[in-house]
Amino acid sequence: MKIRVLVSLKPGVLDPQGRAVHHALEGLGFKGVEDVRIGRTIELDVDDSTSDAALDEMCRTLLANTVIENYRIEKLDR
Amino acid sequence: MSFRAAVVTFPGSNCDRDMAVALEQASGTKPLRVWHGDADLPDNLDFIALPGGFSYGDYLRSGAMAANSPIMRSVKRAAERGVPVLGVCNGFQVLTEARLLPGALMRNSSQHFICRTAALTVENAHSLFTSGYASGETVQIPVAHHDGNYFADDETLDRLEGEGRVAFRYVENFNGSRRDIAGVLNAAGNVLGMMPHPERAVDAAHGGTDGRRLFEAAIKALA
Repeated sequence: MKIRVLVSLKPGVLDPQGRAVHHALEGLGFKGVEDVRIGRTIELDVDDSTSDAALDEMCRTLLANTVIENYRIEKLDR
Repeated sequence: MSFRAAVVTFPGSNCDRDMAVALEQASGTKPLRVWHGDADLPDNLDFIALPGGFSYGDYLRSGAMAANSPIMRSVKRAAERGVPVLGVCNGFQVLTEARLLPGALMRNSSQHFICRTAALTVENAHSLFTSGYASGETVQIPVAHHDGNYFADDETLDRLEGEGRVAFRYVENFNGSRRDIAGVLNAAGNVLGMMPHPERAVDAAHGGTDGRRLFEAAIKALA
């Protein structure tokens, strides 16, 4: 089973990388960019018997730092 | 009295030797060197240090991989028993990722790696690590980090300040840390994480010896 975990910074947590990229886009002349936030995608290939609870625990234990990050787990169709 | 300290080395640690030298200079006893894959620490340790560096190449998040390495289970048990644990720079990142300390260390707000001597205000001079300083004193300790921007939510920050758990603040906030925080203590006061490197200020040849007083205070507290 293919799993995609999307990790993003929580609202309210400043994202210096996103801010720098935002400035760069403006510098390139792109108009109308209101905000840029940078996250991370983690793709897993796990045994089909892996439970939702186990996936959630992987995220909370290691893949995301819930002090600063939110995560979303997506199951991908083959 | 011999001072039984251990310095943990992770793959990518690079301040472990400096930490061991600082502890030996202050205590007269060579610290034990422990590898991250070791499952157990001796039971009779007086002090554990997690050094600076780039453990696991900062993969995923700084300190995240090291926080889940075998040795950290033993470090957590020792911390719960009250053994003093000092995490410096990457060691601080490891302690937050291991949830031994609150908050997280994010990329510096400037995006730049910052290597300089930092003036710090000693906020709490009553901990076992900081009793060699006076409250409100300014000390000079070097920093060298990319991810030193301390973040915690307002409620956590209020609690840390209310409980006297902010050990050090930056006089000039150069990395974006919330409320200028440079170092924090756990609730019991036996775990300290700090971005500045006290082990790099233990000899006059380093340009200053303000860091040495931290190690001397910890040794004195245990005597």
